[in-house]
Amino acid sequence: MSLAKPAMRGLLGKRLRFHLPIAFALSLVAAAAFKYGVTEPRKQAYADFYKQYDATKEFNNMRDAGVFESVRPTGE
Amino acid sequence: MLATRALSLVGKRAISTSICLRGGHGVAKVDDYNPLPDVQFVTELSAVQKSLKEKEKGSWATLSNEEKIALYRISFKQSFAEMNEGTKEWKSVIAGMFFFIGMTGLVVLWQRKFVYGPVPPTFESEWKEKEVQRMLDMRINPVEGFSAKWDYENKEWKK
Repeated sequence: MSLAKPAMRGLLGKRLRFHLPIAFALSLVAAAAFKYGVTEPRKQAYADFYKQYDATKEFNNMRDAGVFESVRPTGE
Repeated sequence: MLATRALSLVGKRAISTSICLRGGHGVAKVDDYNPLPDVQFVTELSAVQKSLKEKEKGSWATLSNEEKIALYRISFKQSFAEMNEGTKEWKSVIAGMFFFIGMTGLVVLWQRKFVYGPVPPTFESEWKEKEVQRMLDMRINPVEGFSAKWDYENKEWKK
């Protein structure tokens, strides 16, 4: 008939014991997801770009397009 | 308690008179929603209700369910379910929101026509074409961004 006495103490501890491991796990998942979803592909993209990069050729193309102030396009 | 203190500060009255002002059936609208009112809801009891109140003084096991409900209705204006039910106010709120957003839209349209001057020349499509060409010439973000999406061999955007 009479109700059981409700929990009066340890409420914060109980909540932390439940939520903190989950929070840690989710944070790790978020970090891993960002690392393997964003940073690793980006590093790979940069590596691939510079593998075939000819700086002189690019420079000459840019020069001929007329974007530099220090050098005029070839033949001017 | 806090309210009566505040009232006495405002009116410079004794606390006892402030309580008298708050009590009384139907003085303040707020009292209708008080689950523990000072006075019962029905002040003048009919003969049936008076006899019911007498019966209440005896054993409650003898009361039927209808009599218990009748006693409740004597003391209280609404049941908890009635007291807690929502109003339809949210419809007015949403309607008001849409109305004022619409009015704001009209004001913005009027502003565009009559207040703002012309947009700078840098927004014209001719200018924009030259701008994009210059960005591609400069190799803006060639790894993952702008120029990475341009096919320099075939002079077109990459598929």
